[in-house]
Amino acid sequence: MAATPTVLVIGGGSTGCGIARDLAMRGLDVTLVEQGNLTHGTTGRMHGLLHSGARYAVADQSSARECIAEMRILEDVASHCVEETGGLFVERPEDDEDYFERKLRGCDECDIPAEVLTGREAREREPYLAEDVEKAIAVPDGAVDPFRLCVANAASARNRGARIETHARVTDLIVEAGEVVGAEVEHESGPGKRTHASPGTTERIEADHVVNATGAWAGRIGELAGVDVAVRPSKGVMTVMNVRQVDTVINRCRPKGDADIVVPHETTCILGTTDEEVEDPGDYPEKQWEVDLLIDQLAELLPVLRDARTIRSYWGVRPLYEPPEAGTEDPTDVTRDFFLLDHADRDARPGLTTVVGGKFTTYRLMAEAVSDHVCERLGVSAPCRTADVPLPGSRDERVLDEAMDDFGLTSPVARRSKQRLGDRSAEVLDTEDPNPVVCSCEGVTRAEVQDAVAESGTDLNAVRIRTRASMGNCQGGFCAHAMAQELHPEYDPERAAAALDDLYQERWKGQRHALWGEQLSQAMLTYALHATTMNRGRTVRDDDVDFDAFDGGATGGD
Amino acid sequence: MAIEQEVLVIGGGLAGATAAIAAARTGADVRLVSAKQPTLRHASGLIDVLGYTPDGEGPLAEPFEHFADLPEGHPYERVGRDAVEAGLAMFDDICGDSYEGKRTDRNALVPTFGGRLKPTARYSASAAEGLASDTRDMLLVGFERLVGFDAPLAAARLNAADPPFEARGVTVEFSADLTAEPKVTRFAHLLDRDESTDAGRPVRSALADRVVAHLDGEARVGFPAVLGDDHPNAVRDELADRLGAAVFEVPMGPPSLPGLRLEDRLYDALDAAGVRIETGNPVMGFAGDDRIESVTVDRNGASVPYAAEQFVLATGGLVGKGIDSDRDGVAEPIFDCHVPHPPDRYDWFDDDAFGDHRFARFGVDPDRDLRPLDASGTPEFENLRAAGSVLGNYDFAAEKSGSGVSLATGVRAGRLAGEHT
Repeated sequence: MAATPTVLVIGGGSTGCGIARDLAMRGLDVTLVEQGNLTHGTTGRMHGLLHSGARYAVADQSSARECIAEMRILEDVASHCVEETGGLFVERPEDDEDYFERKLRGCDECDIPAEVLTGREAREREPYLAEDVEKAIAVPDGAVDPFRLCVANAASARNRGARIETHARVTDLIVEAGEVVGAEVEHESGPGKRTHASPGTTERIEADHVVNATGAWAGRIGELAGVDVAVRPSKGVMTVMNVRQVDTVINRCRPKGDADIVVPHETTCILGTTDEEVEDPGDYPEKQWEVDLLIDQLAELLPVLRDARTIRSYWGVRPLYEPPEAGTEDPTDVTRDFFLLDHADRDARPGLTTVVGGKFTTYRLMAEAVSDHVCERLGVSAPCRTADVPLPGSRDERVLDEAMDDFGLTSPVARRSKQRLGDRSAEVLDTEDPNPVVCSCEGVTRAEVQDAVAESGTDLNAVRIRTRASMGNCQGGFCAHAMAQELHPEYDPERAAAALDDLYQERWKGQRHALWGEQLSQAMLTYALHATTMNRGRTVRDDDVDFDAFDGGATGGD
Repeated sequence: MAIEQEVLVIGGGLAGATAAIAAARTGADVRLVSAKQPTLRHASGLIDVLGYTPDGEGPLAEPFEHFADLPEGHPYERVGRDAVEAGLAMFDDICGDSYEGKRTDRNALVPTFGGRLKPTARYSASAAEGLASDTRDMLLVGFERLVGFDAPLAAARLNAADPPFEARGVTVEFSADLTAEPKVTRFAHLLDRDESTDAGRPVRSALADRVVAHLDGEARVGFPAVLGDDHPNAVRDELADRLGAAVFEVPMGPPSLPGLRLEDRLYDALDAAGVRIETGNPVMGFAGDDRIESVTVDRNGASVPYAAEQFVLATGGLVGKGIDSDRDGVAEPIFDCHVPHPPDRYDWFDDDAFGDHRFARFGVDPDRDLRPLDASGTPEFENLRAAGSVLGNYDFAAEKSGSGVSLATGVRAGRLAGEHT
């Protein structure tokens, strides 16, 4: 074994990035590989709820206790990624009164602060709540930006010497003498930042231990080492509204069911969700009825949603797992606990550990458990510090307020930038050059886009998740091209064009589920702007034009 | 007492304005009502007739040669080439020297802000020196604080199309002190008024000095389309004079100054034609059966009936809200004219962002007199005609045919309405 033990973490979601940070802070030599950009899998496709645990307070009290403890930790170490919105569990006339009481008792038993509100009191907090909502339980639910939190973990890991490789797909695990000793990795364009249209390379990465933190994809990675990991991927739809109809997380107070939560998130609200098992986490149907179900059901709690404008919908896949003997049929009933599979004990395949199941809110705890296990296997004795050391960006915000005026940003833009960047604001925004707004919907400035490009290369979707640029009402219609222009001249025009096409298509993908009313008008405007004035399009080519055949004007040409 | 006129045009965009002027020129008494500002400010101000065939062939140098191949129901197939020529003739008459391209039936290729070439039939005088079939080398100039137009990138893209000239791009600081997020109109007004910079110099000459330092023998210089709102010719002329090179504008995205300037011209022409104009008052509904007697106009919350003999529907497409939709279907909201569309909304779009989107062709289905047809192919009303992007059966964005259809159908609908009074 090398002087510093080496660990390869596969998977750049919240768990993988959390593990990479934890291990790097314990002094290990960590490499993380991710097939897409960070948050590519489930992390980037959640509804942004930071659980107080109230949701699990009846059925799964150990998860509930974990949630409230982890929530408190994240409010502390990741303050710039968390919004303390509070939450309501809302009861309608047809809902079970007994369940309401059990929920209240459960919160009490799990030390989750809970307060009963009358219907009137609940509507005073959230005026759009339906008139017939009878009462509610107020709990400390919050909202979290999974993108920034994940990126902050990766940045922290890197600051401590870890290597983070995105767009690096594991094609094989290397097994020698029965032990996993590393992986073959295919870099989409080469190690380091992604560059569109650059040829790929392959690399052999050796490690003393390999962690499979690929969530819904854990079965595929397990197969490469000949071990069976039976993840049960379960899809759920989320629909993004164009404004925040609520400032509090709204939950339906009933045992279980689809379409029972609305989470305020940045400038939007996100409706969730459904729960349906799928075969392949990378390829599953996205259906109209799922979106309709969300809107129709949640309109029972918030009637304003029935005719409100949605800007896109997206699906996520939960990496549900239960031990093979459990045999639960309904995915809704599969435990949300996480499982650490020690393949040395389980399958006589040392060198590999898999983590599956779990929830975003407890990602840090999962990372701690996995890191403890890996350290034990490697004989390393170092305590976990991730609950105490703030993530990059989250330190003392008060210092920033004074500094913000210096950056020449108008106040709403400055406020939003500061919220996103936390204590990195000064470092990112303190530029001598003009710093205009590139994305007006979300108030994202050139300096922020440039900072993200420096991190992630030509992958504008990675820029998007770091900055929120192109995530507002216009879904990139008015800014995607401006974002792509920021790649030039560091990257050549072809790469900037390819990056634009990628981002534009990604934004289109989610909008397809929101194409009626205002958003269909917006989509037509965007299409017209890009296809007409910019003359972009599927069949538009300008590499074989007979210039002489066209009008050359009064002065030139003809 | 109802408000009465012979022809009522609903909608104040290019099609509505054209229809109103055409109707007024037949001698009819015409009123135009529009709910809000027209969408011209979103458009480049270029007047396209047909840049690509519906099958994607192009760019087309000779748009009229492809008219015979257009599918049945396409607005051009409905009104014919004569109407397009009549529409262009009226446009040329309205715009005079401020637009060019009338010397020939051929399309011109205009470089736009992304560095792509766009085939178009008429272009504003401010864009005339920028044509891509012109052989003179060009320098493109972008401004640091104006996002969306990266001049070096646009120049590189242009050169990649192998045009008969060399393009080069530079980015400069604008010559006046600007806030962090200046609007395009701010640039335009500074140039219009030739305001003084901090250093006490007029902004036009200060800008010219900054650009001159970068000129390397190019005979023409292109700027983003912010060169003046009220006095674009004076701004361009002074810059050209100081640079010793021709000056042109590169059409930009919204808000588009060439679009706003065109809007001004159209409203001047409406005034000159004696059309009464009301904006800000949406039409909510109508009275009548086979024949429309009146429409109900919302004036500050009061419902006022407007009676007319003939009506022209020019309310725009999905963007202008002349066509509306919800989760269950697509509709024309004022007269509830039939809008053909697939029942399943997941058949309204293509999975490719630039695919063959059915929604791009949503609109009413007209007969040859531009009367919207019901599902059985019968005119919905004997005295209602439709013009512009409220019409269906064509994808103006893919074909680059938006303005041409608005002019052709506007002229035809307006004339027919006027002649039937």
